[in-house]
Amino acid sequence: MTAPRQPLLIAALSALVVALFLASLLIGPAGIGPGQSLAALLGRGDEMLTLVMRELRLPRAILGLLVGAALGMSGAVLQGFLRNPLAEPGLIGTSASAALGAVLAIQTGLSAAFPLGLPLAALAGAALSVLLVLALAGPRGGTLALILAGIAISALAGAGTSLVLNLSPNPFAANEIVFWMMGSLADRSMLHVGIAAPFMGLGFAALWPTRRALQALTLGEDAAASSGVHLGRLRLMLVAGIAALIGSATAVAGTVGFVGLVVPHVLRRAVGASPARLVPASALGGAATVLVADIAVRLIAPGRDLKLGVLTALVGAPFFLHLILKTRREGL
Amino acid sequence: MVGRLRLAACLLAGLALPGCLQPAAADPPRRVLSMNLCTDQLAMLLAAPGQLVSVSYLARDPAASTMAEEAARLPVNHGLVEEIFLARPDLVLAGGWTAPGAIRLLERLDVPVEVFPVETDIAGIRANIRRMGEVLDREPQAEALLARFDADLARLADAPPGPRPRAALYEVNGYSSGSATLAGQIVALAGFDNVADTLGLPAGGVLPLETLLLSDPDLLVEGHRYPGQARGQEVLDHPALKALTRDRPAEAMRDPEWICGNPFILRAVAQLRKARLALERAR
Amino acid sequence: MLELRALSLHRAGRPVLNGIDLRIGAGEFVGLLGPNGAGKTTLLRAALGLLPARGHSSLAALSVRERAHAAAYMPQGREIAWPMPVEALVALGRIAHPHSAGSTDRAAIERAIDALHLDPLRHRRATELSGGEQARTLIARALAQETPLLIADEPIAGLDPAAQIEVMRLFRQLAEQGHAVLASLHDLGLAARHCTRLVMLHQGKIAADGPPEAVLTAGNLGRVFGITAHLVQGPGGLMFQPLDTLRGGAL
Repeated sequence: MTAPRQPLLIAALSALVVALFLASLLIGPAGIGPGQSLAALLGRGDEMLTLVMRELRLPRAILGLLVGAALGMSGAVLQGFLRNPLAEPGLIGTSASAALGAVLAIQTGLSAAFPLGLPLAALAGAALSVLLVLALAGPRGGTLALILAGIAISALAGAGTSLVLNLSPNPFAANEIVFWMMGSLADRSMLHVGIAAPFMGLGFAALWPTRRALQALTLGEDAAASSGVHLGRLRLMLVAGIAALIGSATAVAGTVGFVGLVVPHVLRRAVGASPARLVPASALGGAATVLVADIAVRLIAPGRDLKLGVLTALVGAPFFLHLILKTRREGL
Repeated sequence: MVGRLRLAACLLAGLALPGCLQPAAADPPRRVLSMNLCTDQLAMLLAAPGQLVSVSYLARDPAASTMAEEAARLPVNHGLVEEIFLARPDLVLAGGWTAPGAIRLLERLDVPVEVFPVETDIAGIRANIRRMGEVLDREPQAEALLARFDADLARLADAPPGPRPRAALYEVNGYSSGSATLAGQIVALAGFDNVADTLGLPAGGVLPLETLLLSDPDLLVEGHRYPGQARGQEVLDHPALKALTRDRPAEAMRDPEWICGNPFILRAVAQLRKARLALERAR
Repeated sequence: MLELRALSLHRAGRPVLNGIDLRIGAGEFVGLLGPNGAGKTTLLRAALGLLPARGHSSLAALSVRERAHAAAYMPQGREIAWPMPVEALVALGRIAHPHSAGSTDRAAIERAIDALHLDPLRHRRATELSGGEQARTLIARALAQETPLLIADEPIAGLDPAAQIEVMRLFRQLAEQGHAVLASLHDLGLAARHCTRLVMLHQGKIAADGPPEAVLTAGNLGRVFGITAHLVQGPGGLMFQPLDTLRGGAL
């Protein structure tokens, strides 16, 4: 039976996320003791320490959690909907398009004039790319069409991002290409949490109820539609939810690849391959993964702002190769 | 004397620069082209009228150049070998950051190139001023400029002995610079200890915001904000940084005075010195 | 159970379905026959409201939710996207009943598992089963949906003879228990032997409709399939044997 294992899995993943969240709060270049750090977080002790804990470490840990959950959940939902284990916001170009939207908002001054301009523009970019992928390589499109569409959209959006940044009058803008392509949580503030959290909330709320439909889609669209799934409504929720999650995640943290690919893949067996159960498990797994990656970048290269995507790609790319080999072995 | 100075400049650069291996030209160069922001400014300070035929486009940018007005009267180049070659210069001035490929290509085309190393301290600035005087055949002008520079420097470097206030440089992308950099030298000349040195970043590097906050500097020197938008500039508006500067002084770097090693750095020294005097008065 | 009136569907200006009239009631196991491209799958999907069509379909007229209570559908190809355990796949039938109690769901799933003798397989991954076992799993899923009407698109394609006979017998049993079953079939022999009624589709129109012996006539077979065949009443039902293609026939 797989059913009783589900609460256990969720509990274990939640515990892991809580532990990593605390670890993220406690690890930083300043090397403050755990007791002192937590006291400072609660407003006791040195004023400057409190500032560090509340304005630097706390937003970073919160964003790591939210961004990871968004990436993991989006990956699980996309894979369930397209019935394709390679569907992932990074691979299908959603993150790259969101980055282009964000960069456009920053460079046109929209985000400075109107704080919600940044996440909204990223969201628009993400939504556009999801719609494009669904049109070019919907559930009947198959893996090849999906990957080709993803490559095309990623390349186009990446080129657009580089173009916009290179044309910027600001000499530092061009350096930002790395951030938008590799992602980072360094020096984020509560302002960023404030920008991203509401959209993330909407995104989680939109994707959570799709679980039943994703489960039904296991047997194909027709079988799902004839067992009461409203495919049109599902598609709308999916596009809106993924755009909100990936748009806001990318707007504050750049493109963090492979999380949405690897996490659902690792957890699939543990949830008995159920696409519905994979959704909460992947959200937690994604949060844990990004928190680990963000802790690792601080431990490996403190003070160098090693990009998050470097680590996730180092782990994720070999995984991708493994997936290809497995697919070939199975002759799919 | 001149030869020895040349040698000294070459040794300082630590490189077998092409100019070091050739004997000094008998005739002064008549069509000098500068392709680097820093050599642009030194050359404009020292060149005879009409001797300098082109400077880099950056020299016209008031956000980067102290001599934008002077540069506006000269034709500009973009550091592209083709345009430089077609301008038929008899001497090209390049800097330590100039693309090595462009320099090699110009040399293949038999265009003499003088590469000036990046100045990171007063000795480097003095050496480059002297060398610029030599290659332009304007040694008296160079000596006069040096004399003025030394006198101004002596007037500004008046920090009393004893414990010095601590300053932190914090620039775009969270970058900070220590004493092994020109910016660090400016801070030191103005009479400050540099937080970046105590934190192990003498040559500069990314200073995590939380480390900066906990280092508790007396003065924060913020990086220059460029027009247009960049994510890396956001960190200068981070709420935690704002909280730090709420009750302590902060100065903003005017970049033209901080980028190139030339006498204009003394304006930056003066700016920070004024901040130091204010701090001392407040004690 | 199912009523189609003048159902028509055009694709790229050409009629794929052309004025289909069909009424299926409880107790019937209807085999939908026709050569490739006759429009069988299109007819089933249009009847279910999965494809927009002109004319009337009693199912398509219902809301998505009501439709899921009226008919269960087994699409062609037996797609199973994820290696889920058999039991979890059967449980997918209950998605049509989001408001039913857990115990009701449980009972329906167990009934379906029993009916298809899937108990020994319930924890196995469905993607690792044989074609026949997968077919049984998907039928159990449809049964767990607890609808009066079952629609299956080529449910026995690609199965071995034993599995084919097993599935056909099961559909017949379901019909005898009061369900209505509509299945598109290519095996005319099995259709002749197990279906209570056959509907022959030809170029988007119903060419023949009635009991097997009335539909599988030499004239219909020649006109629709381009073959000659031998049909006799044997022990335990009709025996059908294709013999040859007609000149200028299907190929």
